[in-house]
Amino acid sequence: MSHATIPSIQDLQSRVHRMEGAATSRALPLLPALSGLLELRTGSACSVEGAAVALALLAGPSRAGEWSAVVGVPELGLEAATGFGIDLSRTIVVPDPGEHWLSVTAGLVDVASVVLVRPPTAVSEQQASRIGARLRVKDAALIAWGRWPRAAVRLSAHESTWLGLGRGHGCLRGRRVRVTVTTNSAPPREATLLLTGPQQEVVRLGAEEAAVASPVVRAG
Amino acid sequence: MSMPSLSVERPLVDADVAAPRVMVVWCPDWPVVAVRRQEALPPHLPIAVVAHNAVLACSGPARAEGVRRGMRRRDAAAHCPEVLLVEASEERDVRGYAAVLTAIEATASAVTPIRPGLCALPVPSRFYGGEPEAAAVLAEQLVTADVWDCRIGVADGIFAAEQAARRALEQDCVVVPPGRSPEFLAPLPISVLEDLELVSLLRRLGLRSLGDFAALPRRDVLTRFGRNGAWWHRLAAGQDERVAAARPQPREVDATVAFEPPLDTIEPVVFSSRRAADHLVTQLGEHGLVCTAVRVEVSGDRGWLGTRTWAHARWFGASDLLDRLYWQLQADPAPEPVCRVRFLPDRVESVGDHGEGLWGSAPDERVERGVARLQGMLGPDGVLLGSVQGGRSPRDRQLLTPWGERVSSTRPAALPWPGSLPPPAPVRVFPSPLPAAVTGPDGRAVTVTDRGLVTAPPVCFVPEPGGEPMSVDAWAGPWPIDELWWDPQVSRRVARFQLVGADGSAWLLVVEDGQWWTEARYD
Repeated sequence: MSHATIPSIQDLQSRVHRMEGAATSRALPLLPALSGLLELRTGSACSVEGAAVALALLAGPSRAGEWSAVVGVPELGLEAATGFGIDLSRTIVVPDPGEHWLSVTAGLVDVASVVLVRPPTAVSEQQASRIGARLRVKDAALIAWGRWPRAAVRLSAHESTWLGLGRGHGCLRGRRVRVTVTTNSAPPREATLLLTGPQQEVVRLGAEEAAVASPVVRAG
Repeated sequence: MSMPSLSVERPLVDADVAAPRVMVVWCPDWPVVAVRRQEALPPHLPIAVVAHNAVLACSGPARAEGVRRGMRRRDAAAHCPEVLLVEASEERDVRGYAAVLTAIEATASAVTPIRPGLCALPVPSRFYGGEPEAAAVLAEQLVTADVWDCRIGVADGIFAAEQAARRALEQDCVVVPPGRSPEFLAPLPISVLEDLELVSLLRRLGLRSLGDFAALPRRDVLTRFGRNGAWWHRLAAGQDERVAAARPQPREVDATVAFEPPLDTIEPVVFSSRRAADHLVTQLGEHGLVCTAVRVEVSGDRGWLGTRTWAHARWFGASDLLDRLYWQLQADPAPEPVCRVRFLPDRVESVGDHGEGLWGSAPDERVERGVARLQGMLGPDGVLLGSVQGGRSPRDRQLLTPWGERVSSTRPAALPWPGSLPPPAPVRVFPSPLPAAVTGPDGRAVTVTDRGLVTAPPVCFVPEPGGEPMSVDAWAGPWPIDELWWDPQVSRRVARFQLVGADGSAWLLVVEDGQWWTEARYD
């Protein structure tokens, strides 16, 4: 047994709390580029804009061995997902839940540690609080692609710059994007990410790198 | 006869322990016998089984006309114009031989099939009062099973016993006394070793019989001919340590439930099948087996029969079986009252291969149960598991399989797929391409010429139907692909483009016969 798998006293305590039905929360592992920027805690929801950000967020826990689920995204790019580090063999995909999307999400919260959902319709406060209660009891986190009422963390991407593509030459080699993290407690934080690089990697760029890398296209 | 790998264990046996005696049953020309048994052909017909244009085996009448092994198909037909030439089929041989094994197993307990037509077993001599007697009982058993030409050899090792069987007469037996295998083997020609290369080499060295070969010092043989040579040397010297190992007997396990009177609605059928499903799972469990694929047969009272095979990612529990029955009846409703349901294990594996670890199996079980609930809500095809496979377009490169079924991709992703796009892969791959439009500076649609050139640089595009036209900020292409050009039915001639719109979105578009489609979006 490696050292990493020996649970710490804190882990055990929180597990006991959960078994007793008390709500506890733990931070799920994230990709190195995202850690420090935000925290994905179980029992809470996180609202993101854009598929790449959502998948990069999902990749952290999945890569660390947690079960994950994707609801309502029929056009999920599986190769890109694998590239981010998502373990497809532990990812339950429900592409078209239709009208049942809320019950399906609730059902998946029971089994997976992190669920990515794209609601087909606007989510009401009541629906969000129902799922929120479930998240706290079942010790899972929700990533909502789109608006989600009372999300603990909101992640938005803007100023995306595509690299490698010219006017009639080259091919896409990656994208530099500026992300803003808004939480309820702290002032907004910003960072520039390479999302993704040529090998589907996610890299956090420093200020000078963000300025130096030659933009081919500036948009947004 | 080509050399098959002998699938027999080779345990080390102490020299002073009496080696167990081995009986080998040989059915000569088995491929021919298998054809005759399958097609119910009369024995006097000349038959030759051919593989790769050469005769592999022939029947007695054909041999009498001059047909020989290794002869070309045309020569065989020239020697014996009325010969029936049949393509070799290993499956047919094995299938036919299973009946023979079953017949032998009625008499002996542990039978080791070596190849179709040849099997070994420990001699059941004590029960029948001697080795020749046991062989006679076995021959009689085989004749009852309609195998007339069987020859039996008994010796200390499998190799010697096989050689003895090859020297026996029809339905007869040759017994090599204990410890006399070397003497029995010594005068045999060197060609009985089934390693053609080695035989040819030994012949050229002047070694004509097994005795000559066995007389060489073992150390010299090992250094000169390597391990393979040393192995054949041991066999030639009668030091065959392989003993017959038992074939696990196939167990007939199935569960049937009959309804009297026949039932019309699904729910009572599923409910009443619970005991049968439980019974099947317990029965398999008692043998240390689990079922990973099952065939569910539903019979109607007027002769309708609905069958479907279901696979499971792990193995079937009783409630999984009932779920499959429910889904099957929903997808394929019985047109008449159901009178019988039968669960037939299609693929059975040892529980050891699937055994749960002492720790850490609980979460997966939780997942299985949760997913089963969702499948109950959405149907079996609603909950999927993804995988990546080989292909050119992003859509071809991914595969979604219903949860619980095995991922069966025929295209390995690791191979290079010329024409596939370089990474990064698109994050959104549309299940079916969306019709799109791309226009040039003059407002006319852009197309790709036969020579793979664009008629005008793309300036404006509509990636999604109903979307606003967007100006093109950057683009690359065309990357023409002539896919499966050798098959006119499925061949495609397409060209791919990557386009970045003014709003910062990047798209993968494809043009085919002047029509643009959006395949994927880099988000």
